Amino acid sequence: MLRKTVVRKNRYLDSVFLMRVARRIAAQPGIQDASALMATEANRKVLLGMGYGEDGRDAEFAAAGANDLVLAIEGEATAVAAIAADLDTWLSMASGASTEPAQEPRSIAEAVARRPDCSMAVISVPGEHAAREARAALKEGLHVFLFSSNVSVEDERSLKLEARDRGLLVMGPDCGTAFIGGAGIGFANAVRRGPIGIVGPSGTGLQEFSSLVHQAGSGISNGIGTGSRDLSDAIGGISTLMGIDALEADPATKAIAVLSKPPGKKTTARLLDRLRLCSKPVILCLLGAEPGSIEIPNPGSTSKGPGHLWPTATIDEAVCLALGTAGVSEPEQLRPDPASMRAQAAAILGELRPEQRHIRGLFAGGTLCYQTQTSFLGSGLIAHSNAPIHGMLQLPDPWESRENTFVDLGAGLFVEGRPHPMIDASLRKKRLEQEGADPTVAVILLDFILGAISSENPVGDLLETIRTAQASAERRGGHLCVVASVCGTDGDSQNLQAQVRALTEIGVLVFPSNAQAAAFCREAMTLLAERKEVG
Amino acid sequence: MPVNLDELLQGKPVFINVGVRAFGDSLREAGHEVIYLDWSPPAGGDPRLAAILDDLL
Repeated sequence: MLRKTVVRKNRYLDSVFLMRVARRIAAQPGIQDASALMATEANRKVLLGMGYGEDGRDAEFAAAGANDLVLAIEGEATAVAAIAADLDTWLSMASGASTEPAQEPRSIAEAVARRPDCSMAVISVPGEHAAREARAALKEGLHVFLFSSNVSVEDERSLKLEARDRGLLVMGPDCGTAFIGGAGIGFANAVRRGPIGIVGPSGTGLQEFSSLVHQAGSGISNGIGTGSRDLSDAIGGISTLMGIDALEADPATKAIAVLSKPPGKKTTARLLDRLRLCSKPVILCLLGAEPGSIEIPNPGSTSKGPGHLWPTATIDEAVCLALGTAGVSEPEQLRPDPASMRAQAAAILGELRPEQRHIRGLFAGGTLCYQTQTSFLGSGLIAHSNAPIHGMLQLPDPWESRENTFVDLGAGLFVEGRPHPMIDASLRKKRLEQEGADPTVAVILLDFILGAISSENPVGDLLETIRTAQASAERRGGHLCVVASVCGTDGDSQNLQAQVRALTEIGVLVFPSNAQAAAFCREAMTLLAERKEVG
Repeated sequence: MPVNLDELLQGKPVFINVGVRAFGDSLREAGHEVIYLDWSPPAGGDPRLAAILDDLL
């Protein structure tokens, strides 16, 4: 068995493209494993951890940097040598592009010169180059969807101010999802158009909200992503406020949902002032807001008109309220029944060994990680996280869980130079193996996000690893309770029903939303804590 | 001629894809018009050098 790295200096290909190249190579006879990555520090660390470039013997790999492409292959010596000798052919084979890159414009200005009717740039280049491209787009009069993260606050603010002056919208940086003029941009589910508009920083929050609205029979007029920092005081909600103005003016929008983490103090006041003046009903879902920190006078009045603002604590509640304003009856499945959840949890907990005390939540969706923490904190349950909400504990080493842990695997550290876990499950798979081998783990909570750009089979990517973890717990004489939610619609290419069925067939408890799955886990962990106290 | 925000929400956007091709592919598969940029890091991947060159040009 041979491990080999091949480096191409100053060759840039995007991380999703490289993942596809690696998968094709890994499927060749004689090849056991393949990774194709830009040699960022994080990726080099991953490859070193896999045993590539040990002892600095591979000088090219040792010297490779973020602008260099590295292919790492493991397998039979002849097969590895054949791939390594023909790397450029492999790189050109995986393209599938409808136009040859050589014919494509090399700059935004060139693209606009060819197609003057362009209206929006979708930018997903590495963070250090993102502000430059966004500026170029604004200069050409384009609105911007900026998926890239690792853009400085200063750049974000100056981009948004420039955009506002030009009457243009910047969605992002770090914007995962938007619905604009009937187009789902980024990680978006197949959602019908309808009367509900949404503004929010969160990609998975928008996906969960819009999917639940669709599944209940209604739809989304426009969904405006803003980027994770837009409502901080440093940015002041520039894109959020522009989005609210636009949705208020949009004749197709009958109600507006604003979905966010708690804004900065000054920005909260500005946002509430604006929302009170809105001529359309507004549902405000601030995940992780401390009780009493945001005061809304006369919330939930049934009359329509200015100042009618409904605060909610979960995405599910926001969906129910939005559906109500659209005249659609709310689906029963979005109203949890804590008593029946407790009874269901009690039955499962009876099968656990005494040392099984902890929950591990491994999330592809950052907002779903955040919402789960909010749910737990509401019941006084404390957990560690690499992205803790106020009141939770910072996980000292994001790569290692301790006690109760919720990990956002889409956080910057985990996605630098590699695809998001919604596309590439390999990091989550490894983490799940780790958690499955830990005899103290009682419950594992997962989210599966369907939709455009996501993996073709998000559940299938993890199914075998879940089975292995369950079997390990059984071998130890216990039982592993695996809980999941699947975010998606019946229009998504991954087949929502089949994804859910694959999970339930192996004994995973599947809930219709993350809020429900988190509520079940909260009941289970409360029961476990009580049992420990009695014991 | 820039499209204002109200027109953008009510119209049919035309996209330029800059970076990960999968973003453009998903829009195109859903029936939207997409122009792809053949993007690579400017100035050999040095953002500061790229900024200096931008100023000079």
